[in-house]
Amino acid sequence: MNAQGRPSYTIEADKLTKRFGDFVAVDAVTFNVSKGEIFGFLGANGAGKTTAMRMLCGLSVPTSGKGQVAGFDVYKQTEHIKRNIGYMSQKFSLYEDLTVNENIEFFAGIYGLPRETIRTKRGELLAKLGLTQEAEKLVGGLPLGWKQKLSFSVAVFHQPEVVFLDEPTGGVDPVTRRQFWDLIYEAADSGITVFVTTHYLDEAEYCNRVSIMVDGKIAALDTPTELKKQFGVGSMDEVFYQLARGAQRGGA
Amino acid sequence: MMHASMGTQGKRPAHLSQLLSFVRKEFRHVLRDRKTLLILFGMPVVQVLLFGFVLSNEVKNTQIIVVDHAKDQASQALIEKIKASHYFTVVADTVPQSGVAAAFRQGKIKAALVFPVNFQNDLLHDGRNTVQVIADATDINLANTIGNYLTAIITDYSRSQQPALAMPYVILPEIRMLYNPELRGAPNFVPGVMAMVLMLVSVMMTAVAIVREKEMGTMEVLLVSPMRPALIILSKAIPYLILSFINLLAILLLSTTVLDLPISGSLLLLLAESMLFITTCLTLGIFISIVTDTQQTAMFVSLIGMMLPTIMLSGFMFPIEDMPYPLQVVANIVPSRWYYVIVKDIMIKGAGFSAVWRETAVLAGMAAFLFIVCVKKFKIRLA
Repeated sequence: MNAQGRPSYTIEADKLTKRFGDFVAVDAVTFNVSKGEIFGFLGANGAGKTTAMRMLCGLSVPTSGKGQVAGFDVYKQTEHIKRNIGYMSQKFSLYEDLTVNENIEFFAGIYGLPRETIRTKRGELLAKLGLTQEAEKLVGGLPLGWKQKLSFSVAVFHQPEVVFLDEPTGGVDPVTRRQFWDLIYEAADSGITVFVTTHYLDEAEYCNRVSIMVDGKIAALDTPTELKKQFGVGSMDEVFYQLARGAQRGGA
Repeated sequence: MMHASMGTQGKRPAHLSQLLSFVRKEFRHVLRDRKTLLILFGMPVVQVLLFGFVLSNEVKNTQIIVVDHAKDQASQALIEKIKASHYFTVVADTVPQSGVAAAFRQGKIKAALVFPVNFQNDLLHDGRNTVQVIADATDINLANTIGNYLTAIITDYSRSQQPALAMPYVILPEIRMLYNPELRGAPNFVPGVMAMVLMLVSVMMTAVAIVREKEMGTMEVLLVSPMRPALIILSKAIPYLILSFINLLAILLLSTTVLDLPISGSLLLLLAESMLFITTCLTLGIFISIVTDTQQTAMFVSLIGMMLPTIMLSGFMFPIEDMPYPLQVVANIVPSRWYYVIVKDIMIKGAGFSAVWRETAVLAGMAAFLFIVCVKKFKIRLA
């Protein structure tokens, strides 16, 4: 399915806009994300992060502008996009009343992986996560940190081009958060592009590049080091604060 | 990438395997939830047995007393005849008139039969006479039934005595209860219970199952997946279609074996019509799941919006003909109202498709309408 003449970027957004009536949720955002890059997508609540991400996932049709994900058009090829992305939402997105094995089997199944492939890869994954003993246990009984790691692993199980993570580490302790990021790095090393929204500004430091949305527009976009230099501050926290201070909408 | 692109080769099998994965997962949800499962399969059994044995209007071994002021051959013969029937048990047949009120008050008896003095003589001379039947009308239905049964026995007796006399003046109406000569309760409530249980399982369970995914946040993940929305809904409906069908078979099995209610018409037609009804209910459940956001709301809407009308307006508890006109109109939009008629016609009257095609058309129309509304609504929601 990979067309020749595939663009050099995995995600391309060119003046991508979404209006709901008079309200401009996402206002002509432009950015590119390279293959294997970890791209942080920051912004206060109501800044338009989720809407932008929904457009890129093929869940919401843009009002105007251009966009491509994994080489597919966000207007016409949403089916192809869906097949080539992974997604992990801020709500815990596995079934608590199914076992670890059953969850993996189900999600891999709806992505069309053959059963034998699922079996082999599942064994490898569980060994890697140290969850082999828990394979037949209900997911609901696992500690939150494990659930989240499992949830991420399920989202990239089918080796997507891009994985979208919507505030994936909410409510997890710093140690687990660090381990979680190890998984993200590993996925990025294997060539998966990571698009991550987060509330934790220390997490922004882990990203290759960070964009900060304010009132539907991208107010800043660069590597964490460059951003800190630009704003003359010592942490991403302060960068974010300086930008979000001027926001008209949303509560943060 | 290798794996991800596999889904694009050969569309059909890919969709089929997605569907199978999904249906397998749905069954796991249902089978793991023991409590719901118990309700799902326990409810029809309990309801059939409850309606069959406890809440029945049938008269069996009803206790009565007799006040016999005549004590002659005719009265004795009639009393023997009543004793011989399995409908009544004569507790005492020599009670004084004064004892009647007390016996009723103690709740020992449901009816009393009073023979006048000179019962036989008057009967022979005038060719006619009266006996008094006193029934406990705190239970109206039971009192009516007792009255009818006693009348039937007495009429039967008087006719057996009179053919020689050939009295042309006495006109006795002969009432024949068609399809259900014994006035048994089962023919009435089994179709009702079928409509109720299928409605509950198909509408509520489906609605709740879909809304649960919304509430848990897993619906988002599903929508981002390559699984088409229509396929998601279809895979949600299939397990409940199968479960409803199993329930249907269980009810039919119980009613034919335990309640001795045979299926007069074609079993195949009955099953086909039931599948149509289940489909209508499933689309209704899906519709509810689209317009609601929490499991609680979905359950509430299903219960209040579906269960109550099903019980009240399907003709199962109260005859539709006796309702005020506006309610009759409202009853027409309740799917079970049509299904109830279909089941009664096929199961009890033994009618064929030609008798129920109108009701069938209404149900099919409802299902088609709801399906179109669902598809449209679902698309709007996604945009």
